[in-house]
Amino acid sequence: MKILVAVKRVVDYNVKVRAKADGTGVETANVKMSMNPFDEIAVEEAVRMQEAGKAQEIVAISLGVAACQDTIRTALAMGADRGILVETDAELQPLAVAKLLKAVVEKENPDLVILGKQAIDDDANQTGQMLAALLGWPQGTFASKVELGDGTVNVTREIDGGLETVALKLPALVTTDLRLNEPRFVKLPNIMKAKKKPLEVLKPADLGVDVAPRLVTLKVQEPPKRQAGIKVGSVAELVDKLRNEAHVI
Amino acid sequence: MSILVIAEHDNAALKAATLNTVTAAAQLGEDIAILVAGHNCGAVAEAAAQVAGVRKVLVADAPHYAHQLAENTAPLVVGLAGGYTHILAPATAAGKNLLPRVAALLDVAQITDVIQIDGADTFVRPIYAGNVLATVQSKDAVKAMTVRGTAFPAAAASGGSASIEAVAPAADAGVSSFVGQQLTQSDRPELTAARIIVSGGRGMGNGDNFKLLEDVADKLGAAVGASRAAVDAGFVPNDYQVGQTGKVVAPELYVAVGISGAIQHLAGMKDSKVIVAINKDEEAPIFQVADYGLVADLFAAVPELSKELDTLKAAG
Repeated sequence: MKILVAVKRVVDYNVKVRAKADGTGVETANVKMSMNPFDEIAVEEAVRMQEAGKAQEIVAISLGVAACQDTIRTALAMGADRGILVETDAELQPLAVAKLLKAVVEKENPDLVILGKQAIDDDANQTGQMLAALLGWPQGTFASKVELGDGTVNVTREIDGGLETVALKLPALVTTDLRLNEPRFVKLPNIMKAKKKPLEVLKPADLGVDVAPRLVTLKVQEPPKRQAGIKVGSVAELVDKLRNEAHVI
Repeated sequence: MSILVIAEHDNAALKAATLNTVTAAAQLGEDIAILVAGHNCGAVAEAAAQVAGVRKVLVADAPHYAHQLAENTAPLVVGLAGGYTHILAPATAAGKNLLPRVAALLDVAQITDVIQIDGADTFVRPIYAGNVLATVQSKDAVKAMTVRGTAFPAAAASGGSASIEAVAPAADAGVSSFVGQQLTQSDRPELTAARIIVSGGRGMGNGDNFKLLEDVADKLGAAVGASRAAVDAGFVPNDYQVGQTGKVVAPELYVAVGISGAIQHLAGMKDSKVIVAINKDEEAPIFQVADYGLVADLFAAVPELSKELDTLKAAG
């Protein structure tokens, strides 16, 4: 069994991003970048399957600027076997990413593709579902449990009312939710080892994919700031304010 | 402009999020159809036909739509898409599972979590946990978008008189099947539809202590929510989670108890009308967005709040 995991380089989750003054985007100069947290969960899940003897090879793929190699190296340090970077400076929207991933999947023929359910930069929550659609594969989105069977995978999904379990025929695609696992910390020797693992670099044109954006971003701005209110001294005062000032209880 | 709204339902009842999506559709045009894909879902179709502003209800009733698996529902929507300029779904777990699959099959972009409609092709959506709003323009022939319920009021559930039309089901894709579900049982209002929400965080200490919040919630007719930290710690089920990657809520009153207020949590609740924070750490970021902050030990303050509410009730 071969697993492909997709990892995205995003602004670190601890950074509070700001819109650029001219409204063309967000400030990313000198900002800490990390692997998208949901993608760390995806890598962890693949590595655990390999450790359990259920997977033979894990390929980590990222798409974007040359610095995405760092993100792939992190995945390799976590336990992935080799990496692929589809390198481009162009803006990549989810549909373009799904098309590029489809081209790579068709070359690599994995049995399972695992991605994060959403990236914490564009918050789109689309790429996995789009890739599954383009491949004609079943999708187990927002997974909190993944159980491999014989030619099938059972995925327990976080849905609005609780949990739902679906059975998917392999090859299949899974997107991760927060409760799937807790990603490991990468140890230094593994970071050193990861540097020696193979990393192939491709271009979108090599894959024959048109990555032109379908959405034009006209403007990026910060929403109006919510002002801090007052501190109350007691529970009684709080109830009084809610009753007689805010009129909400 | 002709708009197709994907209904969210459980084969028995139309989910409230559909009504907010209809309001967004009405801002785009008057020619609104609702698709109800399910099994033995006649009652849902009847309910959808009553929704104000809806002209037509399309019903696809087949066993393989019973659990609305995206593998089966997406081709159905794609088959119907030809007649529409816009396809809208609620930005819920179900809508977000389905609509990207539809968009990819149509070879169009999908726009997630639309909070404002600036024109037929221009929409505003939050990015970076809502710290920034992006205005995007779609160049595609069909605009596929999920609509954030808190940004649009609910359409009236009655007053409409749409026609109901059966549509032929597409084939069963045969690649996925429903195994089972574990739904949280609760008599309290749904989190995304509640007028008041009482939420707990890591400060609650354990799942048992959430009973303190449930007690207050029941006196207020409120729903109970949680921060990611409380869900990850196993205090409460995943469907309680409010935040960037959980549920987005905007009730009249949001009471945050023992929640520090990470940006990921604020992303899910900062549009609430009135925010109350109870936390013993006066430096907690939650106080920066709270209208009323109480620096106190929650284990003293919450039972006291419960008693005060009794007094209030007794006084009428």
